[in-house]
Amino acid sequence: MTVTATAPPAADERLGKPRAMDQLIKRPEIGAMLGALLVFLFFSVVTEQFLSVGGAATWLDDASMLGIMAVAVAMLMIGGEFDLSAGVMTASTALVTALLATQLGLNVWLALLVSLAFALGVGALNGWLVMRTGLPSFIVTLGSFLALQGLNLGVTRLVTGSVQVSGMREAAGYESAGFLFASTFQIGGTSFYVSIIWWVLFTVVASTVLMRTRFGNWIFAIGGAAQSSRAVGVPVVRSKILLFMTTAFAAWLVGSINILRYASVQANQGIGLEFQYIIAAVIGGCLLTGGFGSAVGAAIGALIFGMARQGIVYAGWNSDWFQLFLGVMLLAAVLVNNMLRRRAERVRR
Amino acid sequence: MTSLIETENIGKTYGSVIALSEVSTVVNAGEVTCVLGDNGAGKSTLIKILAGVHQHDQGSFRVEGEEIKFSSPREALDHGIATVYQDLAVVPLMSVWRNFFLGSEPTTRFGFLDSKKGKAVTKKALSDMGIDLRDVEQPVGTLSGGERQCVAIARAVHFGAKVLILDEPTAALGVKQAGVVLKYVAQARDRGLGVVLITHNPHHAYPVGNRFLLLKRGRALGSYEKSEIDINELTRQMAGGAELEALEHELRGVEA
Repeated sequence: MTVTATAPPAADERLGKPRAMDQLIKRPEIGAMLGALLVFLFFSVVTEQFLSVGGAATWLDDASMLGIMAVAVAMLMIGGEFDLSAGVMTASTALVTALLATQLGLNVWLALLVSLAFALGVGALNGWLVMRTGLPSFIVTLGSFLALQGLNLGVTRLVTGSVQVSGMREAAGYESAGFLFASTFQIGGTSFYVSIIWWVLFTVVASTVLMRTRFGNWIFAIGGAAQSSRAVGVPVVRSKILLFMTTAFAAWLVGSINILRYASVQANQGIGLEFQYIIAAVIGGCLLTGGFGSAVGAAIGALIFGMARQGIVYAGWNSDWFQLFLGVMLLAAVLVNNMLRRRAERVRR
Repeated sequence: MTSLIETENIGKTYGSVIALSEVSTVVNAGEVTCVLGDNGAGKSTLIKILAGVHQHDQGSFRVEGEEIKFSSPREALDHGIATVYQDLAVVPLMSVWRNFFLGSEPTTRFGFLDSKKGKAVTKKALSDMGIDLRDVEQPVGTLSGGERQCVAIARAVHFGAKVLILDEPTAALGVKQAGVVLKYVAQARDRGLGVVLITHNPHHAYPVGNRFLLLKRGRALGSYEKSEIDINELTRQMAGGAELEALEHELRGVEA
């Protein structure tokens, strides 16, 4: 399951030289890679702007915001749990930051910190409730999803009298915080959003944790067989709560990027996004039942999303078609992943 | 030499239900103690006490001569008592070596997983037990039921277990697979571990066992050294002895 370049120390004579094709097929993200390539080629041929630097900057940015969340959600799913509150959390964190900075006049950095503490608290509460009650996380986080949605609208309307918080630009520390979360950088005369770097960074860290650390090993184990893991001394409860907190952290990151980029936030933002995260993770090779998947795969799943969403715009089609594409893509991904996984298991025999 | 495990008139009640009563047995290093009995005989209760899942409330339970009452499976593990349960031995989707080291992963100086060492040690530990796997990177789910049990046994042996408790390791297996697992039970015994083998099949117990504890309705029906009993008698006692003979007569009567 690891990506190692070195050959095992004592090769077994019964193992033929592993064929490159077989090695590739074992990876959970292979289906997503093929899909991404297909979508990329398709829109490169059909539209003109898609392949341009400016086009790439647009669909990469679209993918990055989704990708950060998809990667975190993928880790949680590998650990065997769902988080339906993830989408709304991106709005909640942005609202907390915005309300503190605009209404209380807090420094943006301080507001961000409080917002982070809030996010981690909600994540921990989600995890604790799931572990404590033993209920499916689907139900528990559906509850926190609705609760947060109500809070977002209720509190915002109570404080500002509208369902929108704006005026971030006047807050102290907006410039410096904005540089970290919402600035742009130039490649070939085109501006790319810094969120793309956050996305890549988050994916690299998540993938390293999953594949190269003890905690990563535990994530796969608790998702695959929680009871067996507990029996050999894996701290199941602590690990799962940490995963919920990771998702909440990612939601804070995306929320912060949003609020600092647009300087305003709608209270009803983020609703429905939670399914996009799960879809991206599944396209990337995550099993709904847990114990199998990949962070890189989820990032690629998000890339497919971004490319298709912007590609459809470039092609001049109605964006209604995006939903159709999404459904077909999801079904195809599940079927391909299922087939490849079975094939992978046969290859290993 | 003190025994690894010794129980004397041990008993356990769940409310008003007497699950186990006055059971005495010993487990010595390099020997296999078989616990036999039909469903509901109290086998599970006995091993759960030994494994630290439940606590006994009568009699005495000594580990290496020391009177003890475990409060958790972890504590039993710390005393060198490892339990391999039939159904929760391994994580199927994970590779053999990751399963082997689960909970005790080797790390490099920088805190990363040392997968190279992990694979090499797994391969060696398994082959020391006589388990010959082609590839420790394959998911455990691709192994047969017997091989999975073997990986779990090898893991317990590798991480320094002194006593190995095996809960029905052969129950779900075919004849040949069961034979393979019994071979590794013998391996563990020959390496000086004390083994507790729970089974309801006297034909699996007899070849590897040194001592046989028969349970029925929570009580010891008998405890025999191998020299005191032969396979036929063991089977007869297991099956309910006199009751079975009576049943046989009855059935003959029907035929006639």
